[in-house]
Amino acid sequence: MNRRDFNKAAAAVGVASAFSPLNVRAQAQKLKVGVLLPRSGFQGLIGQSCQKGADLAPGVIRQMLGVDIELMNADTETNVDTARTRAERLIQEGANVLCGPFDSGAAAAIAQVAEQRGVPFIINIAAAPQITEQGYKFVFRNFPTAIDLTVNGLALIGDLFRVTNTVPRTAVFMHVNDTFGQAMNKGISATLPRLTNLPFRIVDTIAYDPAAKDLTVEVSKAKAANADFLLLVCRLNDAIILRREMVKQRWHPMGVVSPGSPGMYEEQFSKALGPIANYCISNAPWFNPKTNMTKVVKSAFAKANPKENFVFHGTNVVYTYESILIAADAFKRAKSTDPKALAEAIRQTNITDRTVLGGPLKFNAKGQVEGNLSACTQNLNGEPRVVLPESAAEAKPVFPAPDYKKA
Amino acid sequence: MPLDLVVNVTIAGVLTGMVYGLMALGLSVIFGVVRVVNFAHGEMMTIAMYAAVALFTLWGVDPFLAAIPVGAAFFALGYLMQAGLINPFITRPEHSQFMLMVAVALIMVNGMLMAFGPDARNVQIGYQLESWELGKILFDKPRVYAAAMALATSGLLFLFFKATLVGKAIRACADNYLGARVVGLNVKHLYALTFGLGSACVAIAGCMMILLVDVTPNLGPSYTLLAFIIVIVGGLGSMTGALLGGVLIGLSEALAGLFIQPSAKSMFGFGLLILVLLFRPQGLMGKKS
Amino acid sequence: MTPRSRILLALLGAFLLALPWVVNPYLLSVATLILYLAYTGQAWNVMMGFAGQLSLGHSLYVGVGAYVSAAIFFHYGIGPWAGMWLSIALCVAIGAAIGFLAFRFGISGVYFALLTIAFSEFFRIGFDHLQWTGGSGGLFLKVAQRDQIDLANFRGPPAMYYYAILSLTVSALIFCSFLLKSKAGYYWQAIREDEEAAQALGINTFRWKMLAVVISSAMTAVAGVFFAFYYNNLFPEQIFHISRSIEIILGPIIGGVGTLFGPILGAAVLTILADGITEILGALGWEIPGIKQVFYGIVMLLVIMFLPHGIWPPLARKFGLGK
Repeated sequence: MNRRDFNKAAAAVGVASAFSPLNVRAQAQKLKVGVLLPRSGFQGLIGQSCQKGADLAPGVIRQMLGVDIELMNADTETNVDTARTRAERLIQEGANVLCGPFDSGAAAAIAQVAEQRGVPFIINIAAAPQITEQGYKFVFRNFPTAIDLTVNGLALIGDLFRVTNTVPRTAVFMHVNDTFGQAMNKGISATLPRLTNLPFRIVDTIAYDPAAKDLTVEVSKAKAANADFLLLVCRLNDAIILRREMVKQRWHPMGVVSPGSPGMYEEQFSKALGPIANYCISNAPWFNPKTNMTKVVKSAFAKANPKENFVFHGTNVVYTYESILIAADAFKRAKSTDPKALAEAIRQTNITDRTVLGGPLKFNAKGQVEGNLSACTQNLNGEPRVVLPESAAEAKPVFPAPDYKKA
Repeated sequence: MPLDLVVNVTIAGVLTGMVYGLMALGLSVIFGVVRVVNFAHGEMMTIAMYAAVALFTLWGVDPFLAAIPVGAAFFALGYLMQAGLINPFITRPEHSQFMLMVAVALIMVNGMLMAFGPDARNVQIGYQLESWELGKILFDKPRVYAAAMALATSGLLFLFFKATLVGKAIRACADNYLGARVVGLNVKHLYALTFGLGSACVAIAGCMMILLVDVTPNLGPSYTLLAFIIVIVGGLGSMTGALLGGVLIGLSEALAGLFIQPSAKSMFGFGLLILVLLFRPQGLMGKKS
Repeated sequence: MTPRSRILLALLGAFLLALPWVVNPYLLSVATLILYLAYTGQAWNVMMGFAGQLSLGHSLYVGVGAYVSAAIFFHYGIGPWAGMWLSIALCVAIGAAIGFLAFRFGISGVYFALLTIAFSEFFRIGFDHLQWTGGSGGLFLKVAQRDQIDLANFRGPPAMYYYAILSLTVSALIFCSFLLKSKAGYYWQAIREDEEAAQALGINTFRWKMLAVVISSAMTAVAGVFFAFYYNNLFPEQIFHISRSIEIILGPIIGGVGTLFGPILGAAVLTILADGITEILGALGWEIPGIKQVFYGIVMLLVIMFLPHGIWPPLARKFGLGK
C-alpha cells in the first residue's frame, strides 16, 4: 500500500468514525440533563458555586418527585466559543435538555444552538433582557431580567426606608461598567423617576471599570457628592476594593445598598473585609428560607459540602437546582424525553413548592418566569440575612449603619 | 469641584503610580538588559502575592518581612527560568518569545487555579485600612508604605548597577552585547542574574500589592500590560524611568477619572503609550539608541 | 506544487465539501470554529509572516468589522453583504492609520506589537462606552428561524455558515498564494529578511509594509462580519479582548508563520488538541478546573521550544509536500 492509498483509507476511516447515526429518542426512564457552567476561567468561582446546586439536584429530585435524572456536566470555560461547542457536544451525546450557563453571552450562544437543534434550554442565571426577546420556542429562563431586578430592587429599598423610618433624600449611584451594570443603569434611569414613593433622588452617577484595581478616584468623587447613601451595582472584586477605599477615605454614608447585583452578599466579601462588611445591604434574587423544599435542598447541600455555608451559595444553588427541577417536572408530566414534548410540558410548568423567593414558577409566552422576587439581605455578623420581605425575614434591618457620620 | 477633592485624587494618583512603578521595575530591568518580552510578568507577580498570603496565613508573617524570603526565592526562580528556558529564545524572533511566555503564563495561571482555587485571597492587617489625616487631605497608609518600598528598592537597584562590579558588567551587556562577550564576560550567567534580579523585584512588588488588592488566579494579564506601558513610557532599563512612568500613568488615570469619566480612565494610559511610542520611543528617561 | 500535494489537497477539498452531510452537528460546529480561526490566522499571517510586523491587537479589526456590520443591520436593516464593505473600509482606515503612525515614526518589533495592543484596548474601552452599539451591555441581533436560507441577510442553518467560512478560507488561501508569488511577495520577503538592505536596494519599504497592513486588516474585517452574524451577539469585553488577539495568532505560530498552510494546520491542531484534552481528562475523571489549560499550555510550550518554525515545515518536508 503506498502513501496515497493509505491517506485515502485514513480519510475514509476518519469519515466513518465521525459519522453518528441519528439519535433515536426512545421512551426512556431517565432524563439526561446537560449542565453548562463556567467552572474555569474568569467566572470559575461562581460557576463552581452553581455546580453545587446541580450536583445535589438528582438526589433531591428523586426524593421529592420520584424522577430519575442523569447529569452531563460541561465546562464553558467562561468562553463563548467553548459554550457553543460544548452545547453541541452535549446534545450529540444525548442530552434531552440543557441547563445553565450563568453568563448572558454564553446564554445567547447556547440559545441559538438549542433553538436550532430543537432541544429545550433552561437558563438558570442570566440577566440580559434580550435573550427572551428573540422569539425562541425552546429557550426558557427562570431568572429575573435586569429590568425585573431593578424594579424589585427599588421597591425593596422603599420598603427598607418605610420599615426603618428613615427618609434619605439623596443617593450617589455607582455601577460597574459592564453588561450587567449598564443594564441596571438603564433600568434605574427609566424606573426611578416614576416611583414617587421613593424619597431620594440620585445626585451623581459614577461608572467604573470592573477590572480596575484601584478605585480611589471613583470613591473620592462619590464622597464629594455628599449624598445620604450609596446605591451600588457591583461585582465581587470591585465591591471589596470599594468598601476598603470607603473606610480609608473615612466615608460613612447611611448605608451601602445594592438594588440588585452580586458582590456584597458573597462569601469573599465578608471573609476579606471582616467587620467592615457588615450592614451592607444587597437586594438580590434569593432563596425563601421558610419553604419546605429549601430546607430539603439546604440539608442536601450541607451533606455534600460540610465545610461550606449555604447562605453564601444560596442564590446560585437554588436557581441552578430549580432549572433542573423544571426539567424533571416537565419530564414527569410529559412522560417522554422527546424534546418537543418536553418543551411543551415546560411551557405548562406550574410549580408552587419552590426554593426561590417569589410566586409560583410559571413561564409567560416568551419563556420568561415572572414573579421571581428579590430579597433584601443585610450582612449581619458576617453573613447575609434576609431582612425583607417581612414574610421571609430572618432579622430586622439596621439602617442607617452604626458608623454613619453625617457629611 | 472642591479643591480638597482634586488634591486628594492627585496624591492618590501619585502614590498608586509609585506602586505601579515598583511593579514595573522588574520588567524594566529584564527588558532593558536581556531584551526578552516577558509576557508572564503579571503572572509572576500573582504567584508572589499568593506566596505572601501563604506566609501570612501559615505563620503570620507581615508582607513587608515576607518580601525578603519571597524575593530570594524568586531570584532563584528567575535565574533558573532564564538559564534553562528562555536563553535559547533571545535570538529568536519576537513572536516566538511572546508565544513562549504566553504558554508559560497560561500554565502559571491555571496552575494557581488548580492549587488555590478561584477564591480571592488576601491578608488582613490592621494598617491596611488606615490613613493619615492632614485637615481634609488623606494619605492612605498601605500605599505610602508601598511607595516607600518602591523608592527603597529602586534606590538599591540603582546603587547595585552603578557601584558594584557585577552591576556594571550587566550594564555592559545591555549596552553592547558583542563587546561584552569580546571582553570575556559570561553573558549567559549575567543575563540569568538580571532575570533573577528582575524577578526578585516583581516578588517585592507582589508582597506590597497584596496589601492593596486581593489576589485571584487571573490577576496577571492586566498588570503585565500595565507594566509594559510604564516601562515604555518611562524608558527601558531606567529605574527612575519606571517610577516616573508609573507615576505618570497613575496620575493621568486619576485625573482623567476625576475630570472625565472613571470607567474610561484606562484609555488614558493607552493614549499616553501611543503618544510616547510616536514621539519619544526611547521613553522619558531612556537613552536614544 | 508537487503532484502528491495536489492529490492530498483534492482529497482534503472533497472531504471538507462533503463535511456537513457526513458528520454530526457538534463536529460541524467545531469545524466551523477551526475554519474561522484558520481564516483569521491567515489574515494575520499576511502582516506577520509576509511583512514581518507582529500585530498583537488583531482583535481590533475583528471587533470593528463585527460591530460596524452588526450595528447598521440592527439600526437600518442593511444586510451584511453591503455592511461588509463599510466594515472593510473602516478597518482599512484604522489599519492604515496604525501602519502610518508606526512606520513613519520607525516603530517596529516589540514596540509595534505594543502599539497594536494599545489601540485594541483603546477601542475596547471606547466601545464599552458607545451607546449606539449597546455599550458594554452588548449588541444583540434578532435571530430569525434558521431553517430557511436567507442569503441576503446571511441567516440560515449551520451548514450555510460552514460553507461561507469554508469559501472564505479557501479564497484566502488562493489569494495569499497569489500574493506570495507576486511582486509584493518578493518585496515582503526582502523586507522581512533585512529591511535596511531592502531600502538600500531602492524598495519603498513604507509602501509595501502599508500594503500588508491594509490587506491584513481588510481580510480580518470580513472575519468580523462573519462572527457577528454567526454568533448574533457582541460584547466589547469579549470581542476586543486581548485573549482573542492571542487566539488569532496561536494557529499561525504553532502551524508555521509565513507559510500558506501553517495557519490552517495550526488552527486545526489546536482546536482538536483543546477538545481532545477535555475528552481525555473527562474520561480519566480528572475534572479539576484549570487542568486542561495547563496541559494545553505545556503542549504549546513544547511546540514552541522544539519546533520553532511551526508544525507545517517539518511535516511538509517529511511528506514532500512543498510549501
